[in-house]
Amino acid sequence: MATVDSWSWFPALALGVSLLKCLFINAYHSTDFEVHRNWLAVTHSLPVSRWYHENSSEWTLDYPPLFAWFELGLSHAARHFDSDMLQLQNLNYVSRQTVLFQRLSVVFTDGLFIYAARECCRCVQEQKGTRDVLIRPSFVLAVLLLWNFGLLVVDHIHFQYNGFLFGFLLLSLAKHLQSRHLQGALLFAVLLNLKHIYLYVAPAYGVYLLRSYCFTQDGRDGSVRWSSFSPLRLLALGSIVASVCALSFGPFVYMGQLPQVLSRLFPFKRGLCHAYWAPNFWALYNTLDKSLAMLGVRLELLQEAELPRASMTGGLVQEFQHSVLPPVSPSLTVTCTLLSILPALASIWRRPRGARGFLRCLLLCALGSFLFGWHVHEKAVLLAILPLSILAVESREDAGIFLLLTTTGHYSLFPLLFTPAELPIKVLLMLMFTIYSFTALMKLYSGQGSLLRPLEVVYLLGLLAVALACEVAFPLTPWHQTLPFLPLLATSVYCSLGVCYSFLRLYVSLLRQEERPKQL
Amino acid sequence: MQTWSLVSLCVLLGVTVRWGVSLNSYSGAEKPPMFGDYEAQRHWQEVTYNLPLKDWYFNTTENDLNYWGLDYPPLTAYHSLICAFVAKKINPEWVELHKSRGYESEAHKLFMRATVLVADLLIYIPAVVLYCLYLTDGSSKKKVSTVFCFLLYPGLILVDYGHFQYNGVSLGFALWGVLALGLGCDALGSVAFCLALNYKQMELYHALPFFCYLLGKSVKLGLMGRGLFLLVRIASTVLVIFALCWLPFLSDPGHAMQVVRRIFPVARGLFEDKVANTWCSLNTLIKIRSILSSDSQMYLSFACTLLAVLPSCIRLLTKPTFWQFKLALANSSLAFFLFSYQVHEKSILLAALPVCVLLNDLPLMAIWFLQASTFSMLPLFLKDGLLVPYVVTSLGFLFFSIYLLSALEHCSEEELRLGAYHKLLFYLPKLDLAWIVKWKFYISIAVMAGLSVVTVALEPPPHLPDLFPVLVSTAAFLHFFGTFIYFNIVQFSEPPIRKSQKKTN
Repeated sequence: MATVDSWSWFPALALGVSLLKCLFINAYHSTDFEVHRNWLAVTHSLPVSRWYHENSSEWTLDYPPLFAWFELGLSHAARHFDSDMLQLQNLNYVSRQTVLFQRLSVVFTDGLFIYAARECCRCVQEQKGTRDVLIRPSFVLAVLLLWNFGLLVVDHIHFQYNGFLFGFLLLSLAKHLQSRHLQGALLFAVLLNLKHIYLYVAPAYGVYLLRSYCFTQDGRDGSVRWSSFSPLRLLALGSIVASVCALSFGPFVYMGQLPQVLSRLFPFKRGLCHAYWAPNFWALYNTLDKSLAMLGVRLELLQEAELPRASMTGGLVQEFQHSVLPPVSPSLTVTCTLLSILPALASIWRRPRGARGFLRCLLLCALGSFLFGWHVHEKAVLLAILPLSILAVESREDAGIFLLLTTTGHYSLFPLLFTPAELPIKVLLMLMFTIYSFTALMKLYSGQGSLLRPLEVVYLLGLLAVALACEVAFPLTPWHQTLPFLPLLATSVYCSLGVCYSFLRLYVSLLRQEERPKQL
Repeated sequence: MQTWSLVSLCVLLGVTVRWGVSLNSYSGAEKPPMFGDYEAQRHWQEVTYNLPLKDWYFNTTENDLNYWGLDYPPLTAYHSLICAFVAKKINPEWVELHKSRGYESEAHKLFMRATVLVADLLIYIPAVVLYCLYLTDGSSKKKVSTVFCFLLYPGLILVDYGHFQYNGVSLGFALWGVLALGLGCDALGSVAFCLALNYKQMELYHALPFFCYLLGKSVKLGLMGRGLFLLVRIASTVLVIFALCWLPFLSDPGHAMQVVRRIFPVARGLFEDKVANTWCSLNTLIKIRSILSSDSQMYLSFACTLLAVLPSCIRLLTKPTFWQFKLALANSSLAFFLFSYQVHEKSILLAALPVCVLLNDLPLMAIWFLQASTFSMLPLFLKDGLLVPYVVTSLGFLFFSIYLLSALEHCSEEELRLGAYHKLLFYLPKLDLAWIVKWKFYISIAVMAGLSVVTVALEPPPHLPDLFPVLVSTAAFLHFFGTFIYFNIVQFSEPPIRKSQKKTN
């Protein structure tokens, strides 16, 4: 085994997981595979001016311009595998070479994620005197990041480029932890122009950079000292962000296509919830509405004929009409999201508490928008899980939240893979990650009491029961034919309880720290 | 980290890798009219389910033995029957007589893959875990590393989950036998080994060491006292197990003889395809098959095998220790592979199992051999479309076994047990043998990698269509032969001093 101070275990972990990813090349892939193939074709065969107008495929380009450039770069490598995948009219083209190329492109661009994970591991505070590599915080963090169940499943089976994108996010976080704020801001600006879902956490970045970077000194009690404001720093920050955005959107502004690009990026025509309800607040709201409606019909307070034909999780992206509770509009979700993150932002404005306070605020932004956002995907929970890994190896309280949130969040990803051949893989990978995270974190904090409260343990055991009921028992019952959406509903409702609870617990930990004297 | 969690992580990873490989193609996929081993196994389910037991091994109007007729011992047939019952429950089309020939579908593939996994989970994997935990030396971390490498040996995974066979069953039973003998339960060990033998006749490769070890042990205990008692007990166990396995076939001696004829088809020639044994490699120089008659080929191979097995078996008889037993298993199976009649390239798995057993004792040599054994099956894997899993699992195994078992750090002459070589090579100036071995290892890995790349990337010249398979099998043969000699020399040198027999962490 490696000696204590060497880092030889890191390449081993990275290589191991990369090889494992390659084993899933022939596994099931979702329509996102075709989405990205189509984008390769669009960017490769059309001039820039046509990128955001092209609509011969239903999977139009709806990521920001830098991602389109990234696809263009990939397409030049793709030519050498199978140039037919770059033909616009070859819709749903799946050749052996195409699969190989697309899968390998995800595996290789994950290199950035691996590098970012390494940087994060360097920032972790090491406990003195731990001789065993396996229980060093940096080792645990490396496993939690590199072998993350959600990333493996979403990227390498379902098919997306999240690893690459999270690489930017983690690298940016690592730069902030190392107090290299400008580099961190640059990386985040690039990330925003690769995928705009990261706008969710932009408020945390904005407030933190403004507060901790543009103000050079704090008051004695950690409050803001207005006189220390540095316009030069603000200018530096602003010019970095502006130049990245100009590079990305500039050409489209010049061509007068900005409205077209924006309409592609923010399609509010989609419904409140994704086809499969992400485990968030609206899933609970919808369920409450549905149960109230059923109750009303049962008690004859409502007429069944008057109710709108509410479609449950039918498998299509469509509107869900509420029958009892007031309908939810996009602006309402935006308001709720903002309200939910406002206390966190205010808290780090008043007292920043270093990069770790920022990390906590970022997590709350991610979770807040996950819980209250419009048309949220279940995959977005990774936005909270991955950064939380860093906190989990540093404090006992966060480790408990991490265990709860990851187990719940990861389980809520199960419906993504519904093909029988992939069932063993998702179960095995989930078991692996869960067993590891529980045993490693418990060992890390051994002798400091249990990480989870009794109620949380009960909740997680309940999750196991839900899993068994949905995956094993339900297909054997007669409802399998008549109510096929029931397991999905149960999963998302049960998981949303856990996610909401984790959100509250994180909030409590942030606000409670505010009362204590300044840390770090 | 507690050992149980590390072990369960290893097992989960092992199973994940197995399932990941099984997502790939299998032998004979979409290749009518004969298909491949996958269809053979499916066909056996069809035959055993639909035909009466007395017809299984006979050529009848309902049972065409030329189309993948049963040629394994009864336990394989029973296993097929059990699988067939499950298949019938799920989808009767899968085992319908005659009509199901060449049946292929995604659901059926899933079912077949699952049967392999279930058998592995029940037999092979527990044996590996228990063996590594109870019968290897070192800290608990070291034991876990051994579990990890043992479970991830690519050859077996690729053949069972890619190509499609149930080697995990027979090898698993054999490993249970080794485990039981190591723990001192001789009768249970012979039960397990008899089951292995009745699942696949190729387990005969391991039979002599089992026999010699148990006989040697009895002799040591005194043939007039407890030894005799032990011998009688083992002999009667063996007879009972055999009788139970063969019970339905025993009523008619002719029937039993037919089964035996099916199991040992002597008419198929000295070797088939390109297999990395002596005869095939010799064939590039001398065309033995055209010089000698079929009978004399058989006698020649029989004599050579016997000669090759004899030294290690005699050594084991005189010194029946567990260490000698493990080495003898490797030596005997390698001798059979190299010299016996009608050897398949997949039979190298029988030699790989005892070498896996030695992973903890002789890491570098074991890893080297295991890598070569996987490499020797490259043409087979390419035919089945398993290039990606071959590359991935081989790279992973090579890297992780060397890393986790610190194979390259623990290769002093003493640890490699090269002392005897110095005595043999006394006429040469004093050499740093460990250094030479290390470099030979590097070069051999480079050669294997190079040949793999060349085989995949280049077209063979038109007048030598078999050039690359021959090169692969010859290179692999050299490795196997070298390992055979090395293990024999180790067996005849002094046994290792056990430093930390029961050190637990």
